[in-house]
Amino acid sequence: MRGGAVDDPKDGLPKDELEDNPEGKKPAGDSILAPTPSAGGVETPLPAEPPGPDHAVEVPAVLTEKPSDSVRAAFEHPWVVRFCHWLNAVSVFVLVTSGLRIFRAFPSFGPKLPQKNLVDVPKALTLGGWLGGALQWHFTFMWVFAGTGVLYLAYEFLSGHYKTVLFTPKDIRGVWPMVRHYFFFGPQPPATGQYNPLQKLAYTSTVLFGIASVLTGVVMYKPVQFWWLAWIMGGFHLARVWHFAAMCGFLAFIPGHLIMVVLHGWNNFASMLTGWKRDPGYRLPTS
Amino acid sequence: MEPKIDRRQFKQRSRRELLKLSPVLLAGGFAIPPLRKWLLGRGIAFSDWASGELFQRGRPAATFADSELTPLERFPYNTYDDDDPGVDLDAWTLTVSGLVEKPGEYTLDQIRALPKITQNTRHVCVEGWDVIGSFGGVRISDFLASAGADATAPFLFFECADDYYESLDMATALHPNSLLCYEMYGKPLDRGHGAPLRLSLPTKLGYKSAKYLTALEVTNVLRPNHRAYWADLGYSWFAGL
Repeated sequence: MRGGAVDDPKDGLPKDELEDNPEGKKPAGDSILAPTPSAGGVETPLPAEPPGPDHAVEVPAVLTEKPSDSVRAAFEHPWVVRFCHWLNAVSVFVLVTSGLRIFRAFPSFGPKLPQKNLVDVPKALTLGGWLGGALQWHFTFMWVFAGTGVLYLAYEFLSGHYKTVLFTPKDIRGVWPMVRHYFFFGPQPPATGQYNPLQKLAYTSTVLFGIASVLTGVVMYKPVQFWWLAWIMGGFHLARVWHFAAMCGFLAFIPGHLIMVVLHGWNNFASMLTGWKRDPGYRLPTS
Repeated sequence: MEPKIDRRQFKQRSRRELLKLSPVLLAGGFAIPPLRKWLLGRGIAFSDWASGELFQRGRPAATFADSELTPLERFPYNTYDDDDPGVDLDAWTLTVSGLVEKPGEYTLDQIRALPKITQNTRHVCVEGWDVIGSFGGVRISDFLASAGADATAPFLFFECADDYYESLDMATALHPNSLLCYEMYGKPLDRGHGAPLRLSLPTKLGYKSAKYLTALEVTNVLRPNHRAYWADLGYSWFAGL
C-alpha cells in the first residue's frame, strides 16, 4: 500500500511542492474525494457553519499562509465499516478467549469415555474464569458479533462498497507478487486500489470465517431446532470441529493483520479511526 | 488527479468521523466489574428469551438406531456431587404439588401405569461432549394430564434427593420427547443414573435432566435465587437445544 503509483512523475517531487497547489488550479476529478456528494469539491471554501472555538486561533494563521494549504488524503472507510471493525475486534477477542475456556471443559473431539485431550489451553489465555462465566461472555458477544456481521454485510452489498474489498477471480494473479513482496523481499507491485489482492484475500477470508463461526455456532447452540443446518454441516459433531477450525482461521489472520498495521504506520492506522487516510499510496480513479 | 483536501477541512472531518465512532466505547462497560456482571446477566437473559422464541413444540429431537447407542458403560454418571444420595427405593414416592387437581404422593407403579415410551436420543453436555442413550419412561405431558395439572402454568419445579433442584418451562415439559425416565437401556435406572426416577430431556442440555427426583411442583412463579441449581450459579436457565 505504501509507495505510490510508479508511473506518476509527481511522486518524485518533494511533498511541499506537491502540496503547493494554488487555488483555481483544481485537479480534475478531485470531487470524488468528498465523502458525500453534497460536500462539493475539495478545494471549495469551508462550509458556511461558524468555526468552533478552537478554530478562532487557526483562522489568522491560515490567512497568512498560502491560499491553499491542502493535504493529500482519501476517505477510505465509511462509518459502518469502522464501527463494525472495532466492535468486531472486541467481539472476536472475547469470543476466542471465552471459547477457549469453554473448550477447556472438554478439549477433545472424541468420546467422553475414554476422553483423549487434544490440547491443554493455558488458562491465562482464556476469559470467564470457569465454564459458566465463559459461556456468559460467549452467549453475550455472539449477538454482538452476529449483529455487526449482518450490519456490515448489508452495508457492503447495498452500498456497493464491497467492490473495493471482495476477493474475486481476477485478483488471483496478484496474490503471489504480494506474497513475494511481503515475505521474500520481492519488488513491490504497483498499487491499483485501496486494497491489494492479498489484502482482499485476507479480508474476504475473515468474512467467510465469521459466517462459518456463526452458522456452526447456531448448530452447536440449537441442534434440535436447526437440525437441517446440522445435516448440511455433516452432523452435530462436525459442527464443533468446523467451529474450532473457523476460530483457527481468525487466529491465523490476526497476527499478520496486526504486524501489517504496525509496519504501515500511523496514517494507515488512523484511517480506521477517522476514515480519512493521509497520503494514500495509490491514485484514485479519475471518473 | 491527486487526492487533495484543505488541511483544516481534513482535520475537521477527521475529528468528526472519529467522534462518530464513540458508541464503540460503550463496550468499555464490560471492563467495570459491577456493570460487567449486569451486562453478562442481560446477555444470558436475552439468549434465554431468544431460545424460548426459537423453541418449536412440534420439532422432535433426533432419534437413533440401537446400533448408534453409546454403550451403557460409556454413558458418564457426571453427577455434580454424589453418585448415590442413598434413596430408599422401596419407600420412594414423587410428591406432586402446586397447580394440580390431584396433588399428593405418587408411587413408581402409578407412574409406570402410564403409556411407556422408549427412545434413543442424544444427551448433550454443556461441557461439549454428548452420548446417545436409550431412555424409557412416560411422557411428562401424560403424567401432568393424569395429575390434572394446569397446563397454562408456565413452570415445573423439581426437587431431588441430593440438594439439586431444577425447573422447566411448560412448553418443553409438554414436548413429546420429554420423559419422566425410569429405565435406561431397558433396565431400571441404576443409582448413578438417578434411580428411581429422572428427567430425560433431549431438547435441553444435560444439566436440565435432573436425577433422583423426589418432588414436582406446577407453579406460576420461580423463586428468584432458587430457580435451578446451575442457573443460580450463572448457567443458562433455558438451556434449550
